[in-house]
Amino acid sequence: MSRPRIRWHIPIFLAPAVAVYSAVMVFPLFNTLRLALFSKIEQQQVFVGLQNFQTLFLDPNWSEQFWNALANNFWFFLIHMLVQNPIGIALAAILSHPRLRFAALYRSAIFIPTILSFVIVGFAWKLILSPIWGIAPSMLDAVGLKFLYAPWLGKEEYALTTLALISVWQFIGIPMMLTYAALITIPEEIVEAGEIDGITGISAFWKIKLPLILPTIGIISILTFVGNFNAFDLIYVAQGALAGPDFSTDILGTFMYRTFFGFQLQLGDPHMGSAIAGAMFAIILLGVSIYLFAIQTRMRRYQL
Amino acid sequence: MTRTTIGIALLGTALTATGAFAQDVTLTIESWRNDDLSLWQEKIIPAFEAEHPGIKLRFTPSAPAEYNAALNSKLDAGSAGDLITCRPFDASLALYEAGHLADLSDIEAMSNFSDVAKSAWQTDDGSAAFCVPMASVIHGFIYNKDAFAELGLEVPTTEAEFFAVLDTIKEDGNYIPMAMGTNDQWEAATMGYNNIGPTYWKGEEGRLALISGEQKLTDEQWVAPYATLARWRDYLGDGFEAQTYPDSQNIFTLGRAAIYPAGSWEIPGFNEQADFEMGAFKPPVMEAGDTCYISDHTDIGIGMNAASNHPEAARTFLAWVASPEFATIFGNALPGFFPLSDTPVELEDPLAQQFASWRADCESTIRSTYQILSRGTPNLENETWGAAAAAIKGTSTPEELGASLQEGLASWYAPQQ
Repeated sequence: MSRPRIRWHIPIFLAPAVAVYSAVMVFPLFNTLRLALFSKIEQQQVFVGLQNFQTLFLDPNWSEQFWNALANNFWFFLIHMLVQNPIGIALAAILSHPRLRFAALYRSAIFIPTILSFVIVGFAWKLILSPIWGIAPSMLDAVGLKFLYAPWLGKEEYALTTLALISVWQFIGIPMMLTYAALITIPEEIVEAGEIDGITGISAFWKIKLPLILPTIGIISILTFVGNFNAFDLIYVAQGALAGPDFSTDILGTFMYRTFFGFQLQLGDPHMGSAIAGAMFAIILLGVSIYLFAIQTRMRRYQL
Repeated sequence: MTRTTIGIALLGTALTATGAFAQDVTLTIESWRNDDLSLWQEKIIPAFEAEHPGIKLRFTPSAPAEYNAALNSKLDAGSAGDLITCRPFDASLALYEAGHLADLSDIEAMSNFSDVAKSAWQTDDGSAAFCVPMASVIHGFIYNKDAFAELGLEVPTTEAEFFAVLDTIKEDGNYIPMAMGTNDQWEAATMGYNNIGPTYWKGEEGRLALISGEQKLTDEQWVAPYATLARWRDYLGDGFEAQTYPDSQNIFTLGRAAIYPAGSWEIPGFNEQADFEMGAFKPPVMEAGDTCYISDHTDIGIGMNAASNHPEAARTFLAWVASPEFATIFGNALPGFFPLSDTPVELEDPLAQQFASWRADCESTIRSTYQILSRGTPNLENETWGAAAAAIKGTSTPEELGASLQEGLASWYAPQQ
């Protein structure tokens, strides 16, 4: 028997992608984790082991901010899961209805905010909701509901929810498109077979289509999770690095930015910043692992 | 996060990748004053280049909120400009200690500045100075003269008069009494707490006592300003919680508000925007005849990147910045930024003259949180932003705010333990 040939074309074709990916993703990631194990003492970079993490979790000055950011982050995620994804799936179900007219128009209109820059979205919504120039107060006034208006972005109790809903508005196109793509792959015969068995209309969606697109919903959830725990831009654009009012909109991303780069008189601390980045990485890794090993392996797949 | 770092690094290189002409030396200036771009291009740079052929200047400002982060990244990456506009105190001290700013003590013209002016850009023992002081800003209140005339109001000097004026404006209802919001938080601390506060803690006396540990943030003179700020709430516009800094500026310059808690840096912008006559009054005192205190804050300096390829040219420029000639150009082109040099500068702008005149009547001090006290974690300045905003909104009592600030400061600052 001849020795198995080394198939050179495989490493050669993989090389460019691997090199680029390593240089811009893998290396910075590991370097960040490495940086978290050091500290700057009298202009010298000193290895301190896990001391930065100890400070982050045990020093009340740091841990209070960390837990606040993490709790806010979970709330941010929860709103996306409860509002963005169900509405996105419902929109996709409506859009995939064969008798809906102008489906392509609605689809594009709903998807457009997704391609807008955070800066534009944050700025536009700040103006819409502004108590001074915004159209939100005057629109509510026009229908006699002015009493419902509050300066939402400036109130501790509403600011984070408001921002989460703005983000939902922006990204609702993503779950919609993914679900839509999954829904149109469901063969007509299956639905027709169901119809013969007496399953029509809304129950066809619940009993036939939804089970078939569950894997897609799983992927949407994990994308939402990763996206939300890496979120930063919208909060930074709308509320600044201090994530006001009184840190009520502070999420891990803004906490990390403030620590890493510094803010106003607070000097940047790349080592503590990296420790926070490391904690974010661990949280996301944990969430993704739970999904991959505990949920996805148990999900039933149907041959279509 | 890795993407952000790379993004900023790329941005840094893009901004400073310059094509130098022939044998001319080109110096690049880093600054957060993007509002001053035209002033530099039209007045300062031509004046300097006319006197110093062979040296060209490029002014490359970035957004104020991003300046410190962007500058630090550029310095670490070796792509920062030759001249660095210096924030006061610790931000610049850290750059000097990290070897990014050169020692400028040997520049002769540094003797044009008083010790107070230089204090913001020195090592703690005063042995090295690393930035040439450029300007300070003074806090006070700017008011709409037309509105005051219409309502028959006099400029208030005591706190009681101040609130009486606010009451009158509120009753009349045509103007928002005071234009300020708490959305961005810093106005509450800077134009609120550090504007009216020095009257309570007696300026430098209180500030230095806080640094030495003799006074605490829970003492009456440090808590009382929060109680006064809480009274401001009733005079701010609807939805002030979500009102941003530009919103407040626009409300005032559109003539919709009567009083604007200000820093003198607003003068050039307000002169351009507002079409009514403006006046200024200093922070009110408790009782008529009390000594008044103003925050005359050393705000801008300029230093040299220690890694600059053209140290000689950079020093020539810095010596010129320290000269009375620069002070005159700068002070008049940017009314509201008061030159720190000992030679008195003749100011032309009436509003700026008004602010500057308080230096003769009142005791000057700088912002309480800037020197030494914002070195640790939690950062006292940033905490004060949140505290002042909370005081105005009424989400915490002044005593609670004082106690939590003191606890934070004492957690790392030995003299307060």
